[in-house]
Amino acid sequence: MEVETPLLASAPVTDPNIDAITTAHPAGGEHPMYLQTSPEFAMKRLLAAGSGSIYQICKAFRCGERGRRHNPEFTMLEWYRTDRDFGGLIDEVVAVVQLAVGSQPILRLTYAEAFARYCDLDPFGASLSELRDYAARNMELSFDSDDRDLWLQLLMSTQVEPAMPEDHIVVVSDFPASQAALAKVTCVDGREVARRFEVFYRGMELANGYDELRDAGELLRRIRRDHEVRQGAGQSLPPIDRLLLKAMQAGLPQCVGVAMGLDRLVMLSNDAHRIDEVIAFPLERC
Amino acid sequence: MASYSTNEFRSGLKVMLDGEPCSILDNEFVKPGKGQAFNRVKLRNLNSGRVWERTFKSGESLEGADVMDQEMEYLYNDGEFYHFMDPNSFEQVQADAKAVGDAKNWLKEQDLFTVTLYNGAPLSVTPPNFVELEIVETDPGLKGDTAQGGTKPAHLSTGAVVKVPLFISQGEVIRIDTRSGEYVSRVKS
Repeated sequence: MEVETPLLASAPVTDPNIDAITTAHPAGGEHPMYLQTSPEFAMKRLLAAGSGSIYQICKAFRCGERGRRHNPEFTMLEWYRTDRDFGGLIDEVVAVVQLAVGSQPILRLTYAEAFARYCDLDPFGASLSELRDYAARNMELSFDSDDRDLWLQLLMSTQVEPAMPEDHIVVVSDFPASQAALAKVTCVDGREVARRFEVFYRGMELANGYDELRDAGELLRRIRRDHEVRQGAGQSLPPIDRLLLKAMQAGLPQCVGVAMGLDRLVMLSNDAHRIDEVIAFPLERC
Repeated sequence: MASYSTNEFRSGLKVMLDGEPCSILDNEFVKPGKGQAFNRVKLRNLNSGRVWERTFKSGESLEGADVMDQEMEYLYNDGEFYHFMDPNSFEQVQADAKAVGDAKNWLKEQDLFTVTLYNGAPLSVTPPNFVELEIVETDPGLKGDTAQGGTKPAHLSTGAVVKVPLFISQGEVIRIDTRSGEYVSRVKS
């Protein structure tokens, strides 16, 4: 079923790496509202209310994200399936990507395999200093950090993605549990991994999908961890989405979900090099 | 001096990095959907001319560099320094041979050059894309040889040597593309 949810929300995502655009509350008062960074929370409320499988194409907004592949206002295709499993959703996402780029072959890797193949590193076993040294050997850095995930994300963006084969649709799954976001975490070969996947084509991230977390208690623990990280970095502490929490407590059905950057898909199907080529009026022209 | 955050890094912005004035050439924003944002930045060190690559965490900032481009008139060379003057304020600066670099081949009195100043002192000198200079010495012109496209060396008033077509004679003024150092055309006087 196609749905439409509001772009305005009373609470934004708590992820320390995503900043929502804050706006005045239309009804006045001291509490601001936020432009959604994805329709995830509203769609999960619909799922909890018994909608069954749903999809929508909508605008999403992220503060400060501007570059060759980023515009702060962009178009997202997001959908949830109550009738498919994790593997079934990956197949469906790949089929959608193939609609845009043609029936290219698929390369499926776990996060650990992708790092082993393109960085010669074990992302689960490598120590903080091994990750940092690998990065420092490959680029001049202006910063240091004792956050393992920061180094993994840097290596993913600058070493792994550019090394992916050009002619394959690449699916990476089983992310470290520390990068689970709102995916379930399971144990595979004695390692805690997130039931999360990303799809890439020509080294560009296109979609991010989860076997959705259903445990409201675990959701609260992750929000608390986000808040701790934000506090440590001197970032703002956004309010908690109590409506989502209530819906999760009432019961989110078993479901899988994915968000796809539609502008990027259009870029790929048109051989565009910059997102500005597929948006009539990017940020600087609004 | 103001400081600039990574999201303000634009091509041409002058900033200080490791104590050196630099000009930003390119700024690539890299961010996983879920994860830390980075900026991979290419900068030209304006002292050495070398290109540096540096990866920043988004939101880091650099001090601006007191670097500006000024159109200035070339006055003369005193044997060690090259002297330039702002034609509006009549303020004069002296540039050493390192700052002038290859522009010395095209320096003609009263021509305008772009002088890049760092803390008020010349860092580099950029000639206009085209200059007109007189040939002070070349082999005699050969009439009727225009079609064959042969060339010969010609010494210019600045001391530079460029290749010119055979029909060009000593005393003529020619137009040169300073980016390639090549002859473009004869200038009718």
